[in-house]
Amino acid sequence: MLDVAVAYNRFKFIGDEFLTWLWFIIENDPGYLKNLSPELSSLEIGNRIVLENRRHQAVESITIKGDDANLEEGILALRKGAVVIELNLCFKSGDQEWRFTIKGESLNLSSFKTPFSGPIETAEDVEGAVLEKVYLYDRAIQLVDNLFKNFIKVRASDHWETKVIPVIKKWISA
Amino acid sequence: MGLLSSSISVTRYRVEGELEKPVIETVAAALKKNSISEIDDHASEIIAGWTSFNNPYQPNFEGSSFVFGTYLLFSLRIDKKSIPSKIIQKYFSIEMAKKTKAIGRRHLSKSEKQMIKDHVINMLSLRIPATPNIYDVLWDYEGASLWFFSNLKAANEELESLFSKSLKLTLIRLFPYTAAQLTAGLSNSELDVLAKLSPAKFTE
Repeated sequence: MLDVAVAYNRFKFIGDEFLTWLWFIIENDPGYLKNLSPELSSLEIGNRIVLENRRHQAVESITIKGDDANLEEGILALRKGAVVIELNLCFKSGDQEWRFTIKGESLNLSSFKTPFSGPIETAEDVEGAVLEKVYLYDRAIQLVDNLFKNFIKVRASDHWETKVIPVIKKWISA
Repeated sequence: MGLLSSSISVTRYRVEGELEKPVIETVAAALKKNSISEIDDHASEIIAGWTSFNNPYQPNFEGSSFVFGTYLLFSLRIDKKSIPSKIIQKYFSIEMAKKTKAIGRRHLSKSEKQMIKDHVINMLSLRIPATPNIYDVLWDYEGASLWFFSNLKAANEELESLFSKSLKLTLIRLFPYTAAQLTAGLSNSELDVLAKLSPAKFTE
């Protein structure tokens, strides 16, 4: 395996491509997500997308914020050669909802909110509350891991160039 | 931001290596040996160490107090004294004036000024309490996985260094390349392809 610091910089584009692919899947192939996680009620773009265009000398960043933000600006940025570098997601399962932001280069999660868990009233409640919270975090993390595993399998196959890239290009230019 | 907060940040790690058995006793001893010390009455400006999740201001790793179900849960505490630069400047000026009067010279050399500044910082460090920052650590020993509840670069670096020093185990941060290598279940031929990848073009 490569040196970790070298690998971080050399391959950070993989995380950005993962988020760009994920946006495409959310918009165009909800059936794929359902097959991946049968318990999933929905996975939607949340209230923030950050894109970055590094195709020219200068690095250009585009941030789209807001609960019902129009994502057309984002598509326009993709058309100009940008990729998604940060994505806020809203994941629902039954009547429970998770919200979190993934950063492409690190896969770090932030602004991570789980469904409501029981209150802590006594010291004896702490262990139960911790285990419930960990279970809730794990549900969302498992989903992200499954999505990433599926993406990386496709990314390392011929299918990426022959099937995936053409449909993403079609979506961007539509 | 702690594990039980309403909104958290998390950085994930893979833990490489195995501990001497019994694991709980080994971890307890390592945490105790490297637990946080108070620096309020010392000149030190910063200190990092382990503390208890339940009681971060009085670390205690006795028994299995850090075992929650199948997880080990404890916290990293980083105490730092932040002395405002204007306060340093004020006392530096006062000390400079005293020194020049005492030696009967109007100007001091660079090294004399530096000595005065170090003295002022030491003196103020003794008077200013350290601000504690607490970051929770959740370790699934059997699963070789660890969650650190912060994305801050300095806090993550401190975790990696203290964990390695305390437990003699290596933490590998999971980012796209390491996640693909270590947790995605890729075959050797897929890993070979991965090593040669270059950025895709989504536009003409």
